[in-house]
Amino acid sequence: MDIINRKKALVEEFSPMLEKYSKLTKLWIAFLVAVIIVGIVAFVLQVVYGHEITGMRDNVVWGIYIINFIFFVGISYSGAFISGILHFFKTPWKNSISRIVEIMTVIAMVIGPVFILLCIGRLDRLHYLFIYPRIQSPITWDIIAVMTDLIACFLYLYLTFIPDLAILRDNSENLNLPKWQKKMYKFLAIRYQDTPSQRHRLHKITRTMSTIVIVLAIVAYSVLAWIFSLTLQPGWNSTIFAPNFIIAGLYSGISVIIISMYFIRRQFKLEHYIFQKHFVIAGIILQILALLFGYFTFTDYFSKWFSTKIDDTILLNSLFSRYFIEFILANYIGILVPVLVIFFKKLRTVKMITFAAVIALLGLWLNRYLLVVPSLENPFLPIQETGPEYIHYSATWIEYSLSFTGIAAFLLIFTLLAKFVPIIPMSGIIENEEFKAKRIQKKDSPDEFDI
Amino acid sequence: MEDQNTNSRRKFLKLGLISGVTAMAGASLVSCSSEEKKPESGEKMRLLTPDGKIVEVDASNINKYPEALITPAEARKGIPDRKFVMVIDLAKCSNARACVEGCQKAHNLDSDQEFMKIQLIQNNENTEPYWFPKPCFHCDEPPCVTVCPTGATFKREDNIVLIDNQRCIGCKFCMTSCPYSARQFNWGHKAKYDKKDQPYSPETSVPGAEGTVVKCDFCPDLLRQGQLPHCAKACPNGVIYFGDKNEDIVTNGEESFQFSKLITDRGGYRHLEHLGTKPNVYYLPPVDKQYPVERGFENEEEINERYKNVPYVKELKKQGKI
Ligand code: SF4
Ligand code: SF4
Repeated sequence: MDIINRKKALVEEFSPMLEKYSKLTKLWIAFLVAVIIVGIVAFVLQVVYGHEITGMRDNVVWGIYIINFIFFVGISYSGAFISGILHFFKTPWKNSISRIVEIMTVIAMVIGPVFILLCIGRLDRLHYLFIYPRIQSPITWDIIAVMTDLIACFLYLYLTFIPDLAILRDNSENLNLPKWQKKMYKFLAIRYQDTPSQRHRLHKITRTMSTIVIVLAIVAYSVLAWIFSLTLQPGWNSTIFAPNFIIAGLYSGISVIIISMYFIRRQFKLEHYIFQKHFVIAGIILQILALLFGYFTFTDYFSKWFSTKIDDTILLNSLFSRYFIEFILANYIGILVPVLVIFFKKLRTVKMITFAAVIALLGLWLNRYLLVVPSLENPFLPIQETGPEYIHYSATWIEYSLSFTGIAAFLLIFTLLAKFVPIIPMSGIIENEEFKAKRIQKKDSPDEFDI
Repeated sequence: MEDQNTNSRRKFLKLGLISGVTAMAGASLVSCSSEEKKPESGEKMRLLTPDGKIVEVDASNINKYPEALITPAEARKGIPDRKFVMVIDLAKCSNARACVEGCQKAHNLDSDQEFMKIQLIQNNENTEPYWFPKPCFHCDEPPCVTVCPTGATFKREDNIVLIDNQRCIGCKFCMTSCPYSARQFNWGHKAKYDKKDQPYSPETSVPGAEGTVVKCDFCPDLLRQGQLPHCAKACPNGVIYFGDKNEDIVTNGEESFQFSKLITDRGGYRHLEHLGTKPNVYYLPPVDKQYPVERGFENEEEINERYKNVPYVKELKKQGKI
């Protein structure tokens, strides 16, 4: 009985989040939609005029699109990884951030692959990938990996949604929500009644799924790294690419988690669910990853720098001259700032940690840029084309616009999903409370309930 | 299958008869006549050779449609029993750029699109720069073919690597995989792609298609007719030799050599051999060069225009070396 009332109370507590669209939220949504509309125009232009209107040319054949692809898929993959770990180890404080992570995972996985599509010259022939598949191509591996990962992430997200959807279904009569939304709750809750056996089963499936998602994420992201490292291209043909991508992905993922925690906490006034402690824990993970990522990046560049191979030398010369500022920003600032912010106890405030995460994220994007563009600008046979646009890459407004559209779409879907289900899992709150109550009753069996 | 193969082979070899490449034809004839007789159809045909002679051949010996369309599906098979190779004599190249232009004309390319590129390169700082004509190397271990997700790029039995632009989805992965930057992309739409007077064949690479990849194709359409590729035909200095590894012969249209002997005697090598892609284009080193490097710039305004933005050429000019 108590539980039923508690559920009601929680729905009431979270109802403003679901019901109300404040002026600011509306403005925010309008802004995001505007960005997306510009992006759609850019996309249409790209389709009509061809890739000629992008900055991509014969040597830098993939520009910032592929960088965004790596970036978004990286965020998704790390989301899956982190959330999987949280679930698998039954981390006690996981509840406050797990949904943020799961949503992030799925949205990034939807948006990332769109960027690879933007690199493709003949979208009208996309189905050839399935009609004439060739299994030895890393692109085919990537398609399989990304699709499997996407499906798995969707399933996983859905599994974690079910208990809350059921709560919402049972308690939404008084909620001021459109009819379709209530119907959706009913439909999606698939008759979940939160009986002990149902709950047990759901926990088990979710846990299994969390391991699958971790493994898939590692596979998918390694395959993505291989798209680069399996070519002979100087700068790409490196064994460290796959592990480096994995660490870099985690690094960007934890940054996005911190940033979204910050905004969600502010927007929905969730200070009593997302504590400073959460930021500090995430910050420490960020710091560890920054160190690892710095180490991997350093090893990669160090062996290139130490070697006398002419192609490596040429590549590094370009990084140290033409791309010097970007190199410093990406590989020094982007790594040292997060390390230092967490290092000094005084700096470990919510704002500073968020700031560090933003720097880490931007630095990482630049790092990916430096991985892709300068390498393509320095092939084995030096570029001897006439047009300056063939010699050095610079993205056009089309590419920037579509990149921002990706970010805007990410934020928009996030905003809308947060209107559909509470961003803090209600079922998790209840379980935590039950668990605590049980622990007070008999202190010796903490493992009786899955959290 | 076997039977069909030998038959069509014979057709191709006999075709050497009506080609302008006498040396190659001669070799083809020799090797062919050493083989077993085949049933003659009895029907004779008279043909006009490019050098103006009229010859009479048995109809069954003729590839029925020497200039007929080779469809994308047929283009995947290749010309039986052939292993095409190219040998480029760097000592004779003066950057006349006739090969580039000949190729561009034949493949209906714009002036800034080059299947054959002539680069100015230098082996190390102590040696002189030299002109380096660079087609697609038609590698035996072609990374471009390995990575293609749709099989739009394929390797044929006769060593040639082709692209079927009706299959290509334009993912550009092959471009990043080719270590020799041999591939180009059709970035925008062009009116010439719509011209349908010539049906598309991967063997001619014409008409092009927007959003697909293009590259040097070794001109299989000409090879089927027993002719040399456009670049080899166009070169005024006879730099480019072309031939068949099976027959062990290469020719530039004027002189022919035993391929294996030529590359052994003259120190032939393949560019960036250590990458293991096993190119089918060999280079004869630029020793005793017939023309100074500067000759490459003397001829025309156009050529200067062509290299005006090339970083390396700019650098050399700055140093006063050219
Ligand atoms: S040179 Fe490049 S495009 Fe040509 S076959 Fe080799 S790898 Fe492929
Ligand atoms: S661009 Fe075309 S030819 Fe090249 S890998 Fe992609 S589908 Fe194959």
